[in-house]
Amino acid sequence: MADPVTFTVNGKSLQAPAGTLVIDACKRAGIEIPAFCYYEGLALQAACRMCLVEVEKAPKLLASCTLPVAEGMVVQTESPVVVQARKAMLEFLLTNHPLDCPVCDKGGECELQDMSFRYGAGESRFTEMKQHVDEKQWSPVVYFDAPRCILCYRCVRICDEGLGVKALGVTNRGVYSEITPNKGDHLDCDECGACIDICPVGALTSGIYRYQTRPWEMEHIGAICSHCGDGCKTTLGVKNDEILRGNNRDRSGINGEFLCIKGRYAFDFVSHAERLQSPMIRVDGKLEEVSWSKALAFVAQRFGEIKAAGGRFGVIGGERSTNEENYYLQKFARVGLGTPHIDHRRSGDVPALLDALHGRQGALATVDDLYNAKGVLIIGADLAQQHPLLAFQTRADSRHHQAKVFTVTEGPVREDKVAAKKLRAGPAGQLAVVKTLGEDLKAAGELVVLFGDSIQGAAVGELVSFIDSLGVPAKYICLVDYSNSRGTCDMGLLPHLGPGYQAAAQTGMGQAEMLADPALDALWVVGANPLAGAALASQQAFVVVQDMFLTETAQRADVVLPSASAYEKTGTVTNTCGQVQRLRKAISVMGVKADLDIFGLLARGMRLDLGRAVPDQVFEEIRASVHGYNVPLPVIATGGAAMTDPVHGRIPVAGQAQVIQSARDTLFTSGSLTRYSKTLNLVLEAPGELYKP
Amino acid sequence: MTFSPELEKRFAEMAAKYPEGRQKACLIPMLMYAQDEVGHMTEELKEEVAKRLNISVLEVNEVVGYYTMMRKKRMGKTHLQICTNISCLLWDGDQLWERACQKLGIGHNEVTADGKISLEEVECIGACSWAPAIQVNYDFQHHVTPEQLDKLIDDLRNA
Amino acid sequence: MYPSLLHETPHPDEQIVLGKRFRLPDSRRIDTYLASEGYQGFLKAAQMTPEQIIDEVKASNLRGRGGAGFPTGLKWSFVPRQSPKPKYIVVNGDESEPGTCKDRVLIQYDPHQLIEGILIAGRSVDAHRGWIYIRGEYRYLIDIMDEAIAEAYARGWLGKNIQGTGFDFELSTHTGAGAYECGEESALLESLEGKRGVPRIRPPFPAVSGAFQCPTILNNVETFAAVPSILRMGGQAWAALGIPKAGGTKLTCLTGHVNRMGVYELALGYPVRKMIEDIGGGIRGGKKLKAMIPGGSSCPILTGEEAWELNMDYDSMAKAKTMLGSGGVVLMDEDTDMVKAALRIIRFYQHESCGWCIPCREGTMWLKKLLTRLDEGVGTVKDIDLVGDLADNMLGRTFCPLGDAAAMPTMSIVRKFRHEFEAKLGRKTVSMAGLSQLVSITG
Repeated sequence: MADPVTFTVNGKSLQAPAGTLVIDACKRAGIEIPAFCYYEGLALQAACRMCLVEVEKAPKLLASCTLPVAEGMVVQTESPVVVQARKAMLEFLLTNHPLDCPVCDKGGECELQDMSFRYGAGESRFTEMKQHVDEKQWSPVVYFDAPRCILCYRCVRICDEGLGVKALGVTNRGVYSEITPNKGDHLDCDECGACIDICPVGALTSGIYRYQTRPWEMEHIGAICSHCGDGCKTTLGVKNDEILRGNNRDRSGINGEFLCIKGRYAFDFVSHAERLQSPMIRVDGKLEEVSWSKALAFVAQRFGEIKAAGGRFGVIGGERSTNEENYYLQKFARVGLGTPHIDHRRSGDVPALLDALHGRQGALATVDDLYNAKGVLIIGADLAQQHPLLAFQTRADSRHHQAKVFTVTEGPVREDKVAAKKLRAGPAGQLAVVKTLGEDLKAAGELVVLFGDSIQGAAVGELVSFIDSLGVPAKYICLVDYSNSRGTCDMGLLPHLGPGYQAAAQTGMGQAEMLADPALDALWVVGANPLAGAALASQQAFVVVQDMFLTETAQRADVVLPSASAYEKTGTVTNTCGQVQRLRKAISVMGVKADLDIFGLLARGMRLDLGRAVPDQVFEEIRASVHGYNVPLPVIATGGAAMTDPVHGRIPVAGQAQVIQSARDTLFTSGSLTRYSKTLNLVLEAPGELYKP
Repeated sequence: MTFSPELEKRFAEMAAKYPEGRQKACLIPMLMYAQDEVGHMTEELKEEVAKRLNISVLEVNEVVGYYTMMRKKRMGKTHLQICTNISCLLWDGDQLWERACQKLGIGHNEVTADGKISLEEVECIGACSWAPAIQVNYDFQHHVTPEQLDKLIDDLRNA
Repeated sequence: MYPSLLHETPHPDEQIVLGKRFRLPDSRRIDTYLASEGYQGFLKAAQMTPEQIIDEVKASNLRGRGGAGFPTGLKWSFVPRQSPKPKYIVVNGDESEPGTCKDRVLIQYDPHQLIEGILIAGRSVDAHRGWIYIRGEYRYLIDIMDEAIAEAYARGWLGKNIQGTGFDFELSTHTGAGAYECGEESALLESLEGKRGVPRIRPPFPAVSGAFQCPTILNNVETFAAVPSILRMGGQAWAALGIPKAGGTKLTCLTGHVNRMGVYELALGYPVRKMIEDIGGGIRGGKKLKAMIPGGSSCPILTGEEAWELNMDYDSMAKAKTMLGSGGVVLMDEDTDMVKAALRIIRFYQHESCGWCIPCREGTMWLKKLLTRLDEGVGTVKDIDLVGDLADNMLGRTFCPLGDAAAMPTMSIVRKFRHEFEAKLGRKTVSMAGLSQLVSITG
């Protein structure tokens, strides 16, 4: 930290590191200086002139957003001339701003309203005509109302600096200046909606949310996005058990205010018309709706019969189910049903990484570590597409800390723009290419290494050995696909490993083997769709599927049990970095049950003693028994993310037939859920040039 | 899209005049010289220039929207620019402007039906000591009298 | 073939230094230039150390001729010569300040003088690349400059190892595209880099981070054009042409209601009275001088009585609470409608406001709408007060000096000629329909 500088604000002596901007230094000391264009983390503009302050010996008011503190500086932020200047700025701003607050979607959350309330004049002296421009729709998601725009350029900067897209610019001049999209009359972009959220006024509004409610009529519930593995917190705006919007304006959670299109809009699958809301049993070859009690009794009875007959069970868990559900499911399978055949669809070789790192502490990187790393090595992943938060962090790291970024990928990726070196190689050749970067990586001094499915099995150990040989501190992120892909692994939904990567008592069949086994007697699929691209060899297998929709797998089921989404239950999930966070129930949907509830009811039906199927109790058991999960409860209870550290001893990984393959989703897809999100489909129907799925 | 050999030569030489990697600096000169041949900032022209400089069309649009001389639509074969700023105003430049509008039946940034003449009321063109002044395309005319203006317009109409 | 910008003979009171070749035949050819002491200043500079060159410029008391009047030698001394980055020279030929037309004369008649000034500046900071940014409307001057540059290259006055001095310099023109704001130095640099002409946050100033984020000397055409004679004559001799604290001569543009408009080279400190009566031949039609803008339309206006007693130099004008500015003198006779003048001036600044900051963007438009109504005779006393208030709210609070440039003349005209605004009040009554039509035109 630079030497502290002493200066005076409003008669109060303050200290801040040299180089700190006056506006920031004041904020830290509890002195608010209003501003529209100033935005922490984004380039300075000095455009809105709201933050003018009086500085002793300066001939005129100075913009505190571009003014570094100086030794002995004397600043006034509330003197009469400053107060008058703010009032004048707001008066200028409101001249051409349509005072349509009663019908404006931003009403109640508008920074211009708030500023006018606190700093503005009570009356207007403007009696001229206002300039009018019609509202435009730029994409299924983004609407722009130019007259409301105050030209703070936040949207332009977040899109360029934050997202690396640069889909917004400014055209025309003077009072006719207007934000403009990259395709002239429409947008071709990530459709992430960051521009909408960052807009201080109602100029940019969301096609998904607008005109449905007043913001104060909603409840705001912090949930964890149920799509990719990054684990963004999305604050859901809920009214009458309906999710109206997702955002994260309070910058809580590991993602700050970042969200991609999925986190911000793709909660909408919960209310899709095809959502299952009643259990179904196959009768005469057709699935027919039945009551929960009937369906559960039937499953318990059939499972009991098959178990009693020594039948062969296969159990496949889901990558979006909670840790509690996954833990309980594997216990149900191993202890309750007595089967070793447990698996899930795997997208990254987490066990191999943990094995390679055995004996180390703090060798896994958090989302925050990525932002602070001096060097970032990305292997075999298109972060901007598959891990938008990690991509955002990498860009921010490069922008704020001049991090050295290296990309080793099959094709061009967006991170190339900030990369010191970008190297191209097919999946099989990527490790060899990484090894040519030795000197560059060493020079970076510190590394966060991210790798996808191109590095698996023995290659993971080889990668870690190579990085070790460079002698620079390194942390790792093994990239996995969905919101709890990582936790599903950690909870032991693997044929050879139990919870915490302890060797299973007996090694069972993997997912592919189960599907190919003609002798399989029962298949229990929870929140997964293995039959989307594969056939079930066993004709006689009794198939039970827990899902939200009638997927390909559910269509083959004998019993379908409608399950709750991540937004309709509590529990915990673990992101791709290993950070565990708590889900909060945002809404209730009629007719569905959380998977854990279903497990509990089935256990009771089968008279199995597996412990109470209550999230908090199961999590207690996880904390006590799963290595690395003994996380501090207050952290997750208050909406924080706790890092798990499952690295300990060697993990028996050899000799396993492994299928590890990422689904390679894009920004606009999310595996089987894609088709049930109206927003994703709206955008997919109007594909852009930037990213074609 | 291709331009005349002279312009292509100019473009070929232009890039070397700016530091390596900063060829976006060519954007405004390229657009201005190309406009002389193309007439105005067509979508095709903007895309072509963007492609040649390896920048986005958005960056071109940001610039085109900003500068007054970059024509957003087709103008007349002869573009008549009449200065009414302070020094010309003091020599009745505003009356020259009114006169041209009435005679041609068009206004600011409009084109006659035959496409021959367009009119623009311009800000100071740097001819203050020779007021009132006008620009006919790039050519300056100084101390313009109403009669000279009439004759100019008549000549252009009959050309 | 280009329109003549000069009277046949100079006025006897003119101090001809920069203009010494203006009336020579083929004055823009390099042979004419070389035959008339051309490039001698550069050859002298080539034998000097950078410090010596800058000291010579400092000794001349040359102050920036673009309008701000910052001491040139001091500005050059801010360039960190030891910086590993390349250094650049940028010439501001974006002459757009209403009332100003002197750079046109300098380029049209003596382009090599400008090139020589650039070379000397380059030598003083170890720069080897320069651009002359010329407003797009001056296309013919860009062509003239291009020809002169080609001549200089052909004759070894540009390029590698210039005249065996071991000094290299590359120079080219760069066209603007119609934006007054690009006359502001940091906006000009943005424009040079192919962007919108929006000013940059300063500091850093161009001397430290200018063109392409490298140390840059950026001066007006006239400033560079003065440098060869400074080196040739010696800084002190050059300074002696003017008055203490403001050395040399200044090209002054007489415009407006004067009998002999024109661009004249006058020693700094020349009396306004003589400038109007002797040089300009008096106010047109023998009328009285009502008002004078001393240096381009952004300067606070002077009444005739105030102006009459002043001298044309930086300090004299500062004492009268206005500025020498760019040398664009606008004279207005007793019949001038000051409301119309104020409106025309604010219309200009509204048109040219880049839109970056709120007070300038919104303030210029509001003022334009207000003044339009006042001029049409549909204003109230409150509106007159409001004009002053709004200008006051802009002054010193905008992102760049354009806001001040709009506010200063407006405030001063309203203050000094308030009676003319009052005289127009209620001159016209309009129906509501008429009013809305009237007001919509102002948009």
